[in-house]
Amino acid sequence: MTVEAKVRDVHHVDVGVNRLIVTPDGAAVDLPATGIGSTERRHDGDDKVTGAAKYAGEELPSGTLHGVMVTSPVARGSIASIDTAAALAAPGVVRVITPDDMPDLGAASVPPAAQSYMPMADLTVRYEGQPVAIVLAETLEQAEAGAALVDVRIDARDPVVFETAETVVPETEGNGYVLGALDPARGDFEAGFAGAAATVDQVYVAPTRHHNMMEPSATLAEWRGGELHMHDSTQWTYGVRYALSGMLGMEPGQIHVRCPFTGGGFGAKGYVWPHQVLAAVAARDVRRPVKIALTRAQCYTDTGYQPVVRSRVALGADADGKLVAVAHDTESVSSQFDDYIEFGNAGTRSLYPTPNLALTTRIRKADVGTPTAMRAPHEGPGMFALESAMDELSYELGMDPLELRLANYAEVDPANEKPFSSNRLREAYAEGARRIGWADRPMEVRARREGSRLIGTGMASAIMSTFRFAAAARVCLTADGAVRVEAGTQEIGTGTRTIFPQIAAERLGIDAEGIEMVLGRTGLPETGGTFGSSSTISVGSAVAGAADTLRNRIAGLAGGTVPPRDQWPDLLRRNGVSELVGEGGFQLPGDAPFDAHGCAGDHSMHTWGAVFVEMEVDEALGLARMRRCVACYSAGRILNPVTARSQMIGGIIWGYGRVMLEESAMDPRYGRYLSQNLSGVHLPVNADIPQDIDVAFIEEHDPYASAIGVRGIGELGEVGVAAAIANGIHHATGRRARELPIKFEALMS
Amino acid sequence: MDNFTYDRAGSVEDAARAGAGGAAIAAGTTELINWMRLGIAAPEAVVDISGLDLRGIARDGDVLLVGALATLNEVGTSDLVRADAPVLAQAALKAASAQLRNRATLGGNVLQRTRCPYFRVEAANEARVPWPCNKRVAGTGCAALDQPFSRAAILGWTQDCVATQPSDPVVALAALDAVAEVQGPDGAREIAMTEFHLSQEEGGLDEETRLAPGEVILGYRIPVDAASRGSAYLKVRERESYEYAMVSAAVCLDHADGAIRSARVALGSVAQKPWRLSRAEAALEGAALDEATVQAAMDAAMEEARPLPGQEWKPRLAANAAARAVMMAGGAI
Repeated sequence: MTVEAKVRDVHHVDVGVNRLIVTPDGAAVDLPATGIGSTERRHDGDDKVTGAAKYAGEELPSGTLHGVMVTSPVARGSIASIDTAAALAAPGVVRVITPDDMPDLGAASVPPAAQSYMPMADLTVRYEGQPVAIVLAETLEQAEAGAALVDVRIDARDPVVFETAETVVPETEGNGYVLGALDPARGDFEAGFAGAAATVDQVYVAPTRHHNMMEPSATLAEWRGGELHMHDSTQWTYGVRYALSGMLGMEPGQIHVRCPFTGGGFGAKGYVWPHQVLAAVAARDVRRPVKIALTRAQCYTDTGYQPVVRSRVALGADADGKLVAVAHDTESVSSQFDDYIEFGNAGTRSLYPTPNLALTTRIRKADVGTPTAMRAPHEGPGMFALESAMDELSYELGMDPLELRLANYAEVDPANEKPFSSNRLREAYAEGARRIGWADRPMEVRARREGSRLIGTGMASAIMSTFRFAAAARVCLTADGAVRVEAGTQEIGTGTRTIFPQIAAERLGIDAEGIEMVLGRTGLPETGGTFGSSSTISVGSAVAGAADTLRNRIAGLAGGTVPPRDQWPDLLRRNGVSELVGEGGFQLPGDAPFDAHGCAGDHSMHTWGAVFVEMEVDEALGLARMRRCVACYSAGRILNPVTARSQMIGGIIWGYGRVMLEESAMDPRYGRYLSQNLSGVHLPVNADIPQDIDVAFIEEHDPYASAIGVRGIGELGEVGVAAAIANGIHHATGRRARELPIKFEALMS
Repeated sequence: MDNFTYDRAGSVEDAARAGAGGAAIAAGTTELINWMRLGIAAPEAVVDISGLDLRGIARDGDVLLVGALATLNEVGTSDLVRADAPVLAQAALKAASAQLRNRATLGGNVLQRTRCPYFRVEAANEARVPWPCNKRVAGTGCAALDQPFSRAAILGWTQDCVATQPSDPVVALAALDAVAEVQGPDGAREIAMTEFHLSQEEGGLDEETRLAPGEVILGYRIPVDAASRGSAYLKVRERESYEYAMVSAAVCLDHADGAIRSARVALGSVAQKPWRLSRAEAALEGAALDEATVQAAMDAAMEEARPLPGQEWKPRLAANAAARAVMMAGGAI
C-alpha cells in the first residue's frame, strides 16, 4: 500500500457524522454530499501527513546562518559583562551579536508586538530566558556549541513572582491589551449577597500554562535590496509586517512575510516576539539570511504563556435559584513592562443575568515575560471558576445543576441588554442532557461505585466572545477555467485551506474539489490574525464577497446569467479575458479593524456550549479519569462538520489537560519554570482520552456576525471542560477541587 | 553538546576497557542523548555496544535469562517473560512510549537517572545551572529539598539529595530477586538487583549504583518460582501513558486458599533505589489474602517513610499502591 493510500484509508473513520448537526428540536440533520456543510476532507491533509507541506523552519536559502540565542538563566538582574572570545574562536562561528551591537529600534507597538520590552536593547535582565546574545554560525550545531561558550556575567537579584507581587490596577490608557471595562458593576452586590437564600464564596486558581505547540517558533530573515523577507511561523503575517515596520523604521510595504503553514500556535505565534526582530537585525548586520528556530526550552520563556488566574467568585441566589448577587474578582500575572490583562471574568459578564454585579480585574507584576493569548483566553481560565461556583451553588440550593443554569438563562446580553446575534444555548443544554442521560443522574454525591472506583457526572456551560477582524480576499478565474482563492490569512491546522474553497464553491455554484487556495503571505489581500476564532468569520465573509463579485462578473460577460462551469474557459476566451478577478471584503461597524463580541454594533456576539462529562475516581490511588464527554454547541453555521468536530474534540482534550495535567510550575525563589520541556510538562496522550467524545452543533444561521451565517469555534471547545470535570469529580466523590491541575492529594481518601 | 568520538565495541572486553577509560557506554541511547543535550554529561568518547550478542531471552532450568540488549518491547512481549515473570513484562510495557521501547534496552534502563526537574535543567555549561543541585554541580546544595516537588524521595534521602530512581523495570527486577551479570576490566561478577542501586544514605552523592567504571551489564538471571509466575506491577501516574510513576509497586505472590505463602514487594519512585518492603513481606507470610490485612501491613511498612513537607500524602499513596498490587497479583482485582 502506498503512503497516499494509507493516508486515505485513515479518513474512513466513523465520527458519527449523522449526529454532528441537530435541529433545535434535536433531530439529526442530513449533511449535504458536497459544498458547505458537507464532510469535505482536508485539502492539505495528505501533504501534512506525508511531509510535503513545507514549514518555516524548513526554509534554508543558500548562505543562511543559523542563529542561536544565549538566554539569561536568572529572572532579574543586570548584565555585567559578555565575553565572546571563546565563541568567536569556535569552528563555524561567524558573529556574536550582543547588546553593544544592537541598532536603535523604534518603539514596539503592542500589539502587534507581543511585548514592549526589547531584550538586548539594554543591559537589564527582566525575565528568565531573555535573550542576551545571539551566536551566528554556518551550521546549527556550530551555533549551539558557540552559544555554550559565550561567557555572560549577570549581577542577579531576587525575582518578584506572582506569589510575592502586589496586586495593582492595570493601566488602561494606551494599553493594547484592554478588551473591556476592568470593573463592571451594577446594583448593590453586598446587599444582594446579604439577602440571598444560598451563597458561595470561594477562590479558584488556574495556573500558568504554555502553548506547547508542535512546531516551535521559527523565523528566517533575508534582506534583498533594502527590503526584508521573513519566512516565519506565525498566526498573523500582516502583524509581523506591522511590528517590524515600526521597530525597524521601514515602510510596511518593504517587509514581506511568508507563512504557508503554521505548525500549531494556540496563541504563541499570534503576536510578534523578540526573536523575530532579532533575526531581522542579525541578518542586516551580517548581510546574510539568518534563521532562528527556538528550542523547546525557549518556547517556555520567549513566546508568552497563559498567565495564572486567581478568581474569587461569590454567588448569591434566591430560593428559586435566581442569581441575586454575582462577584468575580480576578488577578493574573503580567510582566514588569506590560499590563497584559487576562479578563478572567469575561464570561461572567454575559452568561447569566443578575441585578447586583461587582467584577474586578487586577494584575500582579512580576519578573516574567509578558503573557499572551492562549486557547481559550479569558473565558478559559475564568469559566473554570464561575462554573465551579455555579455547581457549588446548586448543591447549596439542593437544585439540579442544569436546572440552576436554566433558571438563570440570559435572553439578552446581561452586560449591555443588547439582543444576541443568535443563540441556541438552551437547545444545546437539552441535546447534551439527552445524550449523556442527565435526567437519570442522582443529585446525591458518592452515589455510584464500580469496584474501587467512584463514578460521577458533571456539567458546565461554555461561553466565548466572538472576535472579528476586517478582512479582504480575492477569487480568480483563470483562462483554463481554474478557480483560485487568495487571502493573506494563515493555516495553523484548523482547515482554512479546505473551508475557504468550500465557501467560494458554494457562492460560485461549483464543486470545491480543485479550487486552489493561496494564503499565508503579505501581498495577498490583507486579513487579521488566525486567533480568537476569527478567521472563518472574517476571511470567510470576504471570500464569499469576492466569489459573489466574480460570479457577477462571469454573469456580466455572459450577458446576465452564469453559464455552466465547463463553459467558463470559452467565455473568457471569447471576451479576450485572461483572468477574471473578484475582490471582496469584510467590514466592521465604523470601519474598525477589530471588534470583540459585537461591541460596536446592535447585537451582542458570543458562542455557547454545554459540556457534560462522566468521571471515575480511584480515591486510594488519587486518580481521576474521564469516561465520556458530551458537548453541544451554539456557534452559528457549521461549514464543515468534520473539521469543526476536530476543533471541538481538540478543545476538549485541551481542557482535559488544563484540569488534570497541565501546569507550568515556577520555583518562586528563582523565577524560573521548573521544567522547560515536554518530559516535565504533562500534556494529555491518547490513553487519557476516551473514544466516547460526542460532539454536536445546533443547526443555526447567524445573520449578523458574518456574511455566511457563522461565528467562531476554535476557542470555544476548551471552555467549560475544566469545570465540567471538576464538577463530575465532586459528584463522584463529594470533593471540591478549586486549584488546577487537580492533583493526587486532592483526590485521595 | 560537545564533540565526541564514536566507536562500535567488537566485544564486551572492548567496551569494558573503553568504559574504564571514561567512555560512555551506549546501547539504545534514549537516555544518554538526553544527558548530552541537557548538559548532564559530556563524554569525550562514546562506545556503542548495541552490536554485541546480548539480546536473547531464554529459560535455563528454574532461571529466566534476559540479555541486557533486549529492548523493553521485546521484554514486554516475550511469551517467556509474560509467563514466568509477568511483573517484568508489565513494567517494561508501562515504561516510556512505544517508540522509545523499541530502542531502550533492559541493560540501559536500570542506569537511567532521576527525573528531578532541578537535576534535569537544560544548561549548556555549569555556570548556567540556575539553582543548587549537588548532582549537577557538586557542593551547591539541593534546591528540591524545601520545595513541594512531588516526585521527591520519601525513603533513603539525605539533605544533599532527594532524587528518586524512576525506572519501572528496576522495581520488577528487585521484587523478582533478579541478579545482574556484569563484566568489567577485572572480570565478571553478579550483583543482586535489590542491592544494585544505592540510596543517598548508602551511596552518598557520588555512588548511585554498585556498578564500577567500565562494568557492562550482560544480562539478568531471574529465579522462576510460583511467586514470580504470580506477579503483578502497578504504576500510578497522572498521565495514563508515556509518563514516569508517582509511585509504583511490584509484587511477586505465592498464595493458596485465600492465604499468602510468600510475598515479595518492591516500591518504585519512592527512593533512589527500588524499595523492598521486608517488614510487610514478613508480616504477610501466612496471612490472609484480604484487603484489610494487606493494607494494614503496607501502612505499617510506610511508617518509616520521611516525606518532605507538603508531601505527607505520598507514603499513603505508596502503601495503597502496594496493597492494590498485592490484590492484583492475588487475582482479586
